[in-house]
Amino acid sequence: MKVVVCVKQVPDTAGGVKFNPDGTLDRGAMLTIMNPDDKAGLEAALRLKDQYGAEVTVVTMGLPKAEEVLREAMAMGADKGVLVTDRVLGGADTWATSTTLAGAIRNLEYDLIITGRQAIDGDTAQVGPQISEHLDIPVISYAQDIKIEGDSVVVERQYEDRYHVVKAKMPCLITALSELNEPRYMTPGGIFDAYQKEITVWGRADLKDVDDSNLGLKGSPTKIAKASDKVRKGAGEKVTLDPDESVSYIVDKLKVKHVI
Amino acid sequence: MNLEEYKGVYVFAQQVDNEISSIAFELLGKAKDLAKDLNTDVTAVLIGSGVKGLADQLAEYGADKVIVVDDPELKDYRTEPYAHALASVINKYKPEIMLVGATAIGRDLGPRVSARVATGLTADCTVLEIGDFPLQAVPGQEQLHNQLLMTRPAFGGNTIATIACPYNRPQMATVRAGVMQKIAPIKGAKANVEEFNPGFTPDNKYVEILDIVKAVTNTVDIMDAKILVSGGRGVGSPENFKILEDLAEVLGGTVSCSRAVVDSGWKPKDLQVGQTGKTVRPNVYFAIGISGAIQHVAGMEESDIIVAINKDADAPIFDVADYGVVGDLNKIVPKLTEALKAEIAAAK
Repeated sequence: MKVVVCVKQVPDTAGGVKFNPDGTLDRGAMLTIMNPDDKAGLEAALRLKDQYGAEVTVVTMGLPKAEEVLREAMAMGADKGVLVTDRVLGGADTWATSTTLAGAIRNLEYDLIITGRQAIDGDTAQVGPQISEHLDIPVISYAQDIKIEGDSVVVERQYEDRYHVVKAKMPCLITALSELNEPRYMTPGGIFDAYQKEITVWGRADLKDVDDSNLGLKGSPTKIAKASDKVRKGAGEKVTLDPDESVSYIVDKLKVKHVI
Repeated sequence: MNLEEYKGVYVFAQQVDNEISSIAFELLGKAKDLAKDLNTDVTAVLIGSGVKGLADQLAEYGADKVIVVDDPELKDYRTEPYAHALASVINKYKPEIMLVGATAIGRDLGPRVSARVATGLTADCTVLEIGDFPLQAVPGQEQLHNQLLMTRPAFGGNTIATIACPYNRPQMATVRAGVMQKIAPIKGAKANVEEFNPGFTPDNKYVEILDIVKAVTNTVDIMDAKILVSGGRGVGSPENFKILEDLAEVLGGTVSCSRAVVDSGWKPKDLQVGQTGKTVRPNVYFAIGISGAIQHVAGMEESDIIVAINKDADAPIFDVADYGVVGDLNKIVPKLTEALKAEIAAAK
């Protein structure tokens, strides 16, 4: 069984966000991490490796620096890493990103493709389902549990107020929720091995069955008209009082506002 | 692609268990505004099995026309038959704008359909308006008018971007639930229904639903609540949420929570407020023991009145609170409940 996992290197938004003087995000000044949902997807794949001896290939698209997440994934136990990097692929929206990744994955053998539900920088949740459409395979989004049954996967697919137990024949694409599991840590042996292993680097020419008009900034149907820091509502009052005074303070405010 | 052929504002009218989701009515409210600016009309696309009878409700909330795709294959949501239905509607009717709710269904259906009809999709929009692209005229570039400008938060709510889809149609967006306003329903409105069935032939992409497990919940949807008493990690334990529940009961409110609480397994996901939970805008939002991570604030900052109680005077929640109280929630909240109980009894 062969599993392809798509991962993204993202700025660690939890660690504080830094901006350039012009208001754009200063990615260089921010720490980067493997996107959490992707890491859960990788862990799910590694469990299939533990259980069924699945071969796990990790694919990322990004700057050459994104090799770091592939090394991390291999230190956790992934077998192979593919870095898709090329200047002509830069500035891609979700459409162009998904055509790129689909073009890379067409070169690989797979029974299952696992992506994270969404990345913490863009929060779109679009790339996984879009890849599945380009590859013409079924998608099961928002997976909270994954099992293999013969040539099929059985997945718990989360919705707001319920989950569906869904069965699909492989090949199939699954998008993983970070609630899916608790990802393992890298091991010292794994880290050592990760740096012995070769990473495959692909550029534009290596993508299969993809038209130039669907790649990079030019191939992105959505265009940014404006980007800015979010303007937040200003702080109101803040008081430090003893508990009884605190209670009177809140009650008074609720009265003034006619809540009670 | 001849962009001129694409006309009208379309809304995916999500239904679950043959009950129209609130997001569908919210989208119709916004679609009406956009259609007015574009001098066009609003069409709802209703997809399901045995759903035709729901069409009049969509008319009541502003749909000029309802396209119904009704087929037994569409009974419960599955990506492929729904994507086939919606993509076929788009290919046949050529809308200029297609709005989908950013729900667990819409965030799966939207990307699959946008990839199939080869257009852009902007995720989780919070503002939609009609305007020019580029916003200001740029020498050497044609400024296009009557474009859908889609605004969304990104980077965990730290930045906000406005996005256009100038050269592809339809212009597609998923829209965050709880943000757009429904219109006051036009009682007795009758839908102008058009039925359409593109044919459904199951293949490998038609997944099989083995079971449907509904969460057992007896609470109000937090998105509909007028008063929310929301707890964070600072509440300390699942048992200690009792003091929040008591406060909520006195005020006729509902308990909600932060992501940390859900991740700790103290409360179910459907009570989570924030970027990866629900966007709420109650009349009063009590943030109790919630530090106010930017992802949480993104889901509640539109509340009319925000009251925060936190022992950490530097907690970021105080940056958005109208009324911030620095102190121990265990001492304040039970007393507050008693005081409000007395006030409310005295007012009767």
